[in-house]
Amino acid sequence: MPIVVNGTAYPLPEDPRVSLLDHLREHIGLTGTKLGCNQGACGACTVIVDGMRVLSCLTLAVQADGCQVRTIEGLASEDGALHPLQNAFIAHDGFQCGYCTPGQICSAIAMVEELQRGDPSYVTANLAEGPNGAMRQEIRERMSGNLCRCGAHNGIVDAIEEMLCGDAA
Amino acid sequence: MRMFDYRRATERTEALAIAAREQARYLAGGTNLVDLMRQNIEAPAALVDVSRLPATIEERGGHLLIGAAARNSVVAAHPVVRARYPMLSRALLAGASAQIRNMATVGGNILQRTRCAYFYDVAGSRCNKREPGAGCDAIGGFNRYHAIFGTSEHCIATHPSDMCVALAALDARVHLVGPDGERSVPMLDFHRLPGETPQIETVLRPSELITAIELVPSAAAANSAYRKVRDRSSYAFALVSVAAGMEIVDGKIADVRIALGGVAPKPWRAARAEDILRGQAPARERFLLAAEAELAAAKPLYGNAFKTELAKRTIAAVLGELLGELNGANA
Ligand SMILES: Cc1cc2nc3c(=O)[nH]c(=O)nc-3n(C[C@H](O)[C@H](O)[C@H](O)COP(=O)(O)OP(=O)(O)OC[C@H]3O[C@@H](n4cnc5c(N)ncnc54)[C@H](O)[C@@H]3O)c2cc1C
Ligand code: SF4
Ligand code: FES
Ligand code: FES
Repeated sequence: MPIVVNGTAYPLPEDPRVSLLDHLREHIGLTGTKLGCNQGACGACTVIVDGMRVLSCLTLAVQADGCQVRTIEGLASEDGALHPLQNAFIAHDGFQCGYCTPGQICSAIAMVEELQRGDPSYVTANLAEGPNGAMRQEIRERMSGNLCRCGAHNGIVDAIEEMLCGDAA
Repeated sequence: MRMFDYRRATERTEALAIAAREQARYLAGGTNLVDLMRQNIEAPAALVDVSRLPATIEERGGHLLIGAAARNSVVAAHPVVRARYPMLSRALLAGASAQIRNMATVGGNILQRTRCAYFYDVAGSRCNKREPGAGCDAIGGFNRYHAIFGTSEHCIATHPSDMCVALAALDARVHLVGPDGERSVPMLDFHRLPGETPQIETVLRPSELITAIELVPSAAAANSAYRKVRDRSSYAFALVSVAAGMEIVDGKIADVRIALGGVAPKPWRAARAEDILRGQAPARERFLLAAEAELAAAKPLYGNAFKTELAKRTIAAVLGELLGELNGANA
């Protein structure tokens, strides 16, 4: 089975050592997804596989056989309009060099579904009830797998808060 | 990374057959194994992908059975786990990041390997776990993150899992299937202390597959918590962690479960502290005394001596929190 990236099917690599990250960048030519640490520690390579955010550096491309992959290139609508979160990042200075940005944005988009499902996080006060209130704290904890070397975290949290709750403070 | 064969198994008999024939290693989420292969610490000739084997979470006779391929994030969010085993949910949520929890599986988490920096430093350090008999550069080196219980002169590494600490406190069982059939092992007996053979980390036999973990409900499990103390408040391994549950009947501690992470080569059950507390009236001073008695057996090194005090205070704090919740619920 192929893997489907942003709606287009691509064959899997012959070599099982190829990571999903390298497959996306080197073979498919989608260089929006970034290589940071290559060992799971920075989140730069985050993509969305079958609706779940994962690290493409620690995933072998063959493991994603038959899966639907969504990357930063697949977020804008067909007429080129940016995703609301992309606009919010621009409005809130959510980036400086922009290197971590594709991972941050993919991570945040999948995170919204986790919140909507009511999945708890380590900072959720009541596990049985799920997340409510303390949204900023929830966003910070849930986005902690994405590190920004430029320190744009406050702008990033503002941008996500705006997407989730309307205008951020 | 060395070349390897990759095969995917869709059922356990197939996984077992391939593993036995090709001396393959199982691959689940890959978040530990792929990393170790990339660092040239592990170099299996073949991988059997078991990530699409059963990942069901179901209640059977009141017990909860969690399939080995269940993702950490799915287990943490499961309503039964949240309601009846909150310490497990919290322990999972304290581990790694959301992206990693989405890939990491229960089976893989149990078998993840130590984060000892010398173990990872293939090019520059001696490590008995990687190369038996080579020596251990952590002893006498930078050992802030290392163990204060259960060590030997051959290895002082900690087991890094958060989930396993909760499973140890919950008296979980690990279900296995191998060439000789099925068996189940208590979580507490699954990992081995280093002794003279630090490279042998568990009681798992060649090509044996973890199929599920089994949890038994209890009042102490339902009133439980997990607290992780680390260098930054998220996305870091534990310096010390505490999984604890407590049941109070008629003003006395009827049941108490305490396990520690970050302090030993395996999840460490604080049996001594539990013995002191059982049958007693719950009180803060008593929590501290019990914690002190447990930590009296610790053998800290110069780099990690702070863990003794940290563990004491964290045990007392978590038990205090549980008591507060019970009192709050009764009020
Ligand atoms: C940056 C980073 C931070 C992390 N932080 C934490 C943390 O704070 N706390 C924590 O607990 N963990 C942490 N982890 C570790 C992570 O939780 C583990 O890597 C993960 O749980 C392993 O699961 P997996 O399914 O990916 O295993 P894999 O990497 O696929 O496999 C791990 C091992 O288990 C074996 N295996 C897998 N499934 C089975 C099975 N069913 N039967 C027999 N053998 C099997 C494999 O052969 C391999 O030896 C972190 C990891 C990273 C990369
Ligand atoms: S503590 Fe254990 S894992 Fe670390 S270097 Fe020593 S032998 Fe290796
Ligand atoms: S590049 Fe994948 S987590 Fe850093
Ligand atoms: S904007 Fe530079 S790394 Fe985040």
